[in-house]
Amino acid sequence: MLSRLASAIGRNWGFTGALLLFAALFIGYHMLHPRGFSTAVFIQNANESVVIGFLAMAQTVPVLMRGLDLSVGAVMTLTNTIASHVVTGTPVQMIGGMVLTLVAGTGFGLMNGLIVVYGRIQPIIATLATGAVASGMALLIRPSPGGDISSDLNWALTNAIFDFAETLGFAEGGNAAWLQPIANIPVPLVIMFVFGICVWVPFKRTVTGRTVYAVGSAEGAAYMSGLPVSRAKIAAFTLAGYFAGCAGLYLAIQTSSGNADINQAGAYTLNSIAAVVLGGTSLLGGVGGAIGSLIGAGILRTISFYFRILSIDPLMQSLIEGLVLLAAVSIGALRTFRVKNTLELFR
Amino acid sequence: MTDPTELIRLQKVSRYFGGITALKDVDFSCSAGTVHGILGENGAGKSTLIKILSGVLSPSEGQVVVDGKPVRYRSPTEAAADGIVCIFQELSLIPDLSVAENIFIDQPPRRFGLIDAAAQRRMAESVLARIKCEDVDPDARVRDLSLSRRQMVEIAKAISKNPRVLILDEATSALTSRDVQTVYDLLAELTADKVASLFISHRMQEVDALCDRLSVFRNGRHIQSFNKGDLRESEIVRLMIGRDIEAQYPHKPAPNTGQNTGQNTASTEALRVCDLRWESALKGVDLTIRRGEILGLGGLDGQGQKELLLALFGVLKGVRGRVELNGAPFVPASPAMCKSAAMALVPEDRKTEGLMLSLSIADNLLLPNYRAVSRGALIDPTLAAREIESAIAKLQIKTASADASVETLSGGNQQKVVIAKWLALNPEVILLNDPTRGIDVGTKQEIYTLIRDLASSGKAILLYSTDYAELIGCCDRVSVLYDGQVVSELHGRELTEEALVAAALNLQTEEAAC
Repeated sequence: MLSRLASAIGRNWGFTGALLLFAALFIGYHMLHPRGFSTAVFIQNANESVVIGFLAMAQTVPVLMRGLDLSVGAVMTLTNTIASHVVTGTPVQMIGGMVLTLVAGTGFGLMNGLIVVYGRIQPIIATLATGAVASGMALLIRPSPGGDISSDLNWALTNAIFDFAETLGFAEGGNAAWLQPIANIPVPLVIMFVFGICVWVPFKRTVTGRTVYAVGSAEGAAYMSGLPVSRAKIAAFTLAGYFAGCAGLYLAIQTSSGNADINQAGAYTLNSIAAVVLGGTSLLGGVGGAIGSLIGAGILRTISFYFRILSIDPLMQSLIEGLVLLAAVSIGALRTFRVKNTLELFR
Repeated sequence: MTDPTELIRLQKVSRYFGGITALKDVDFSCSAGTVHGILGENGAGKSTLIKILSGVLSPSEGQVVVDGKPVRYRSPTEAAADGIVCIFQELSLIPDLSVAENIFIDQPPRRFGLIDAAAQRRMAESVLARIKCEDVDPDARVRDLSLSRRQMVEIAKAISKNPRVLILDEATSALTSRDVQTVYDLLAELTADKVASLFISHRMQEVDALCDRLSVFRNGRHIQSFNKGDLRESEIVRLMIGRDIEAQYPHKPAPNTGQNTGQNTASTEALRVCDLRWESALKGVDLTIRRGEILGLGGLDGQGQKELLLALFGVLKGVRGRVELNGAPFVPASPAMCKSAAMALVPEDRKTEGLMLSLSIADNLLLPNYRAVSRGALIDPTLAAREIESAIAKLQIKTASADASVETLSGGNQQKVVIAKWLALNPEVILLNDPTRGIDVGTKQEIYTLIRDLASSGKAILLYSTDYAELIGCCDRVSVLYDGQVVSELHGRELTEEALVAAALNLQTEEAAC
């Protein structure tokens, strides 16, 4: 059993490394924090990590298939503006609006997939174009920032489970005994788990999910093995659209508004790629997974949290993040020094 | 007239690629419970035939009949659903997925609609046990396996589909002799279970040992089908190539047994290797190659032969031991350095290590050799054209144009391009890693002749081959490797199949004791 675990770690050194780096950064952050570890800080940090977390998951699926999705940030912005219009009114209407937002994101991803498969256009250029389309649509939907998403909804979804129960008035207003062990868990992490991980893990275990890995690893062999290559490609982009939709929806709820911020869309797209790479997924496809990318996103966010407590000039943030990304990728490249057969470097 | 055991029948099947005819009016059938051998040179239409049977290609004309009903498969999956499964020569495995995932890639065991990893692992173990590959970990990534293990996983994948028709396309060419025996046993078992096997191989002995019935193809046409034993080997070869082959191997010069005493033996030495060690693969290899000589590397697959060639060409890091090139110490640090020291390596996998498949034949031929055809910084088109023309003529590369991409060539002609590009550099020491793997008989013979001519012109040649007959026919001497060491050196009359096999199994010590 132990040797199975050891060999599993050996096969997933990228993931293991990311986990260790994240743990070190996370513990260091709370040790340096003036208030030590506190639930309030943890919840706030969790809130600020959901959007990039979902986008990192979104980016992972096309990358595993050896494609890049340059539209994830723009789809997030598009769904953000849609949500700012439709997630209002009665609770039922709000839920309907959320579903509509996610359907919009998923639909956009489906369109990306159809263009890539049936238009036979390379993913990177197809999504560059559709990303611009999504940005343009977002600007039409919300030319200037605004929207009024219920502050109750914002409160319920951006705090601890206790506050969620209290706002919605169940489990005796959050005071029920059975709720206490989990009352302090941040709702954003629950959302991440239910809408992210609980979608990804089963997907990975379907034939379509496995085909995504197979296509990224050796597309010709996947076809010759009779795998549903086209279906997997479409599914990969559709799933990316869904996760990007989750990110846009959460951003709308978190900020109680919508904003067609094109610069932000571009920055988020690039950060999603950084998170995917940090999380141990190979840009060559076939190796990695969305959980690793979540950890990669966590690493990026934790670095930015350091700036608040260490009073470093915020202008330095981009510089430092770039250097950390470079360093992390270099550590990954260190293994090439261990390769004794130099031919393997070129495979 | 229909045979009740007949599973597949092709009627007047033709297949065209653009203006090229790959198959023409082929009538062919195979029956349950037989092993049917398919013979023919490269370009004879065997691959096209297999691709049509297994659903990769559709026929341009004619009909495929399975179980008496005409079918038209649009994908390998549809053919597999009818029990027609092919083990492809081009491996169809996914390198980054595990062995178990690869074996059950399109039909994994499922629970609640999701893949059941535990059941998949158990099933993989039992399939691997059936082909005696218990040493393969079902959780290992295919990327980390050796070529011969991958081929066995490919076979496991095929038999897990419970085929009624099993097509083996050169499936044994990468296997070790132990695995080949396993495959023979498996085929016998399947034949008893009324499975029809189609066996494509360039190794005549294999076809002879395994097949009940043989079909010969030539230039896209089905020439003749006959039962085993109806024709002699030489007659079969004549059917395949449409002409007589006098002798398969070129004549060897008389062994230089030191009559030229006036000559300093050290000066004829091109390459001397002393106590070469690397990781756990090479454990102190000693050998010497003289100019004008072909030295064979024998032994079972995976005893360090490939690593030895890579180490000598500067691909491996951390190699210890001494190498002397023309009597001077030489440290092979990189392929570029070995190239400038007039060494050449024809690598194991021509498609990834030997050629840029999408580039033209001309570009591939010139790649290692741009300087020779340049004036100053620019390539001289006249010089380049002359160089390409002479290379194509010298190796008789069969192509309509030097500007065609290398992908369009048959395997044998691709290998000729690999060899030709090195010859343009006029290397003194030539390392060859199984240069005739998956190549038809006619081209093999051309390559043998070429190798012998090179040796006669004073080159030193180190040839690794998995085919014992080839080592015996081609080489002046053969060094047999076992567990990373040279255990035996055979030459002259000692060079027999029995001696090679005995040395490969390291049985030499017993004989020596007698």
